[in-house]
Amino acid sequence: MELTQILTIAAKEFRDRMRNRWVLAVALVFTVFSLVIAYFGGAQQGAVGFRSIEFTIASLVSLVIYLIPLIALLLGFDAIVGERERGSLDLLLSLPITRFELLLGKYLGLAAALTLSTLAGFGLVAVLLSRQMNWAGMYHYFGFMLSSVLLGLAFLSLAVLLSVLARDRTRASGLAIATWFFFVLVFDLLLLGILVGSGGRFGGEAFALLLLLNPADVFRILNVFSLEDVRTLYGLASIVPPSMGSPAIMGGVMLAWIVVPLGLANWRFKP
Amino acid sequence: MASTFPANDGAAVSLRGVSKHYGALQAVDGVDLDIPRGEIFGLIGHNGAGKSTLFKMMLGLVEATRGEILVGGASVRGRGFRAARRDLGYLPENVVLYDNLSGLETLHFFARLKHAPRAQCQPVLERVGLAHALDRPVREYSKGMRQRLGFAQALLGSPRVLFLDEPTNGLDPQAIRDFYATLRGLQAEGVTVIITSHILAELQERVDRLAIMSAGKIQAVGSVHALREQTQMPLAFELQLGAEDIPAVAQALEQVTGAPPEAFSGGLRLHCPRAQKMAVLAALAPFGARVRDLKMQEPSLEDVFFGFAD
Repeated sequence: MELTQILTIAAKEFRDRMRNRWVLAVALVFTVFSLVIAYFGGAQQGAVGFRSIEFTIASLVSLVIYLIPLIALLLGFDAIVGERERGSLDLLLSLPITRFELLLGKYLGLAAALTLSTLAGFGLVAVLLSRQMNWAGMYHYFGFMLSSVLLGLAFLSLAVLLSVLARDRTRASGLAIATWFFFVLVFDLLLLGILVGSGGRFGGEAFALLLLLNPADVFRILNVFSLEDVRTLYGLASIVPPSMGSPAIMGGVMLAWIVVPLGLANWRFKP
Repeated sequence: MASTFPANDGAAVSLRGVSKHYGALQAVDGVDLDIPRGEIFGLIGHNGAGKSTLFKMMLGLVEATRGEILVGGASVRGRGFRAARRDLGYLPENVVLYDNLSGLETLHFFARLKHAPRAQCQPVLERVGLAHALDRPVREYSKGMRQRLGFAQALLGSPRVLFLDEPTNGLDPQAIRDFYATLRGLQAEGVTVIITSHILAELQERVDRLAIMSAGKIQAVGSVHALREQTQMPLAFELQLGAEDIPAVAQALEQVTGAPPEAFSGGLRLHCPRAQKMAVLAALAPFGARVRDLKMQEPSLEDVFFGFAD
C-alpha cells in the first residue's frame, strides 16, 4: 500500500469540497440549525432563550440524527459510480494505484470534508454558547460533536458502499435515499412494531442489541446515556441494558459501522 | 526513473493465448499478438468484437481468464504492476475529466499519481496545443480541448506504450492532423502506440500495422497493404472513353480478364484481381490518349475490414 497515492486522491476530493464551498455551506447549516434549536427549542413550552446545555444537546441529537446521515449519503453516493459514469475510473485504475488505495483515498478525502464542516459548524456554536456552559456541559458537548462526526463517517462509509454497488448515478442516489429512509425513519418503527406486536415476548437485552444494527440508534444511545437527566426524555432508554451505556463500547460499535461497509465496498469493487 | 523495458528491441506488447469469458460469453478467444517497439498499431472491430476487453486486459484493468500478457516485458498485474504501469499511457474513450480543475491542475493530479515529474506538466500541455488554456477550468473547455487534455494526461511520465481509445473523437480535421504528427514524433522517440478508431479512413494511412477483431478473435493482422493482398479484393477501374472507342477497348479488356467490362454513357467500368493490374494497363496502352481519363481504386480499409469482420 502506498500512502502517497491514498493522500493524492484524498487531497483532491477534499479540495473539491472546499472549492465548491460544500464544507462552508454544511458548516453554516449546522451552526444556524443549532443556534435556532438552542434559543427557540423550548418555544413549545412557552419559553424562548437558552435553557440548559443538556436540553440543547438532547434537541441537537434529534436534529443531527436526521441531518447528518442525509448529508453523508449525499456526499458519498457518487464517489465511485460518478467516476465510472464519466469514464475516468478506468483511467485512474490504469495508473500505478490499487483499487483499495483509490477507495480509501476517496473515503478519507470526503471524510475530512464532512468532519471539518461538522466540527466547524458545531464548534462555532460551542464558542457562541461558551458563557452559558460549565466544564461538564463542555464535556458533554464535546462528546456530542465527536459522536456526530462518527455518525457522519458511518453513513459516509455506507454511501461509498452504495457507490460501488450501483450501476449508475441515478440508482446510487435512489439507494442513498432508501438507505436514509430505512435507518432514520423505518428501522425504529419496525423494532417498535415487533416489540408491541409480540406482546413484549421479544423484549429484553437481546432485543436491545438489535439497536446496534442501526448507526443512528448507536448515536442516540451514545448521547442519551452520557446525559443522566435526559435519559427519561427517551422511552428507548428504559429498554437499553447498562452495557450499552459505555461510550467506549458504543464508540467501538460505531467504528465497526465505519470499517465494515468500507471493507464490503473494497470486496465488491470491480473496474 | 528506471524503465521496466528490456534493452533489446523485443516486443512492446505481447499476448499469448489470451482469453476472457464472462460466464458463458466468450469476449476474447485465444488471442496471440506481438507488437514491436516503436510501432503505431491499430485495433479495429465492430462494437462487441472484443476490442475493449482486449484493451482493458492489456492495461491490467481486467484479468484474463487464460493466457499471458506482457507489456514492456513485464506483467501489468501482480507484484510489479506499479513499475509496469508507470510506463503506460492511457486515453479512455469519451473520458470526462474534472470540470472544477484547471488543465494544469488536472495534469498535476495525474502526474502525482503516476510519479511523473511535476515540471513535465506544462511542456506536455504545450505539446498538445493547450498552452493558452492551462489555467482555465476544464468546464470552459470545448470538446476538442478536453480530448487534447486527455491525450496530454496520457503523455505524462514519458510512457513507453500508449493505449489510445478513439483518440480523435471531437477533434477537427486540423487537430487530427496535428495529433497524428505528435504520434509520429513519439514514434521517433521509440514509443509504441496502440490505437482504436471507428473512422477507418483515418487509420488507413497512419498505422504501421493493424489487427481486425471479430467475435473475440483476431481475424487478420498486418499492414493495410498486406491485408489488401490477403483479401484478394478486386481493383476497380473506371475509364473515360469516346463512344466510338468503347467496343474496341471492351474487347481488349475482356481478353485480359475473361469477362466483359460494364459500359456506361461515358466509358467502361471494370473489376479485376490485383494480379491483373499490370496486364490491364498494358492492354490499354495501344489506345494511348484515346483513353481520356483513368481512375483506379484500391479496396479501402473499410472494404478490407468488412471482408474480414463479416
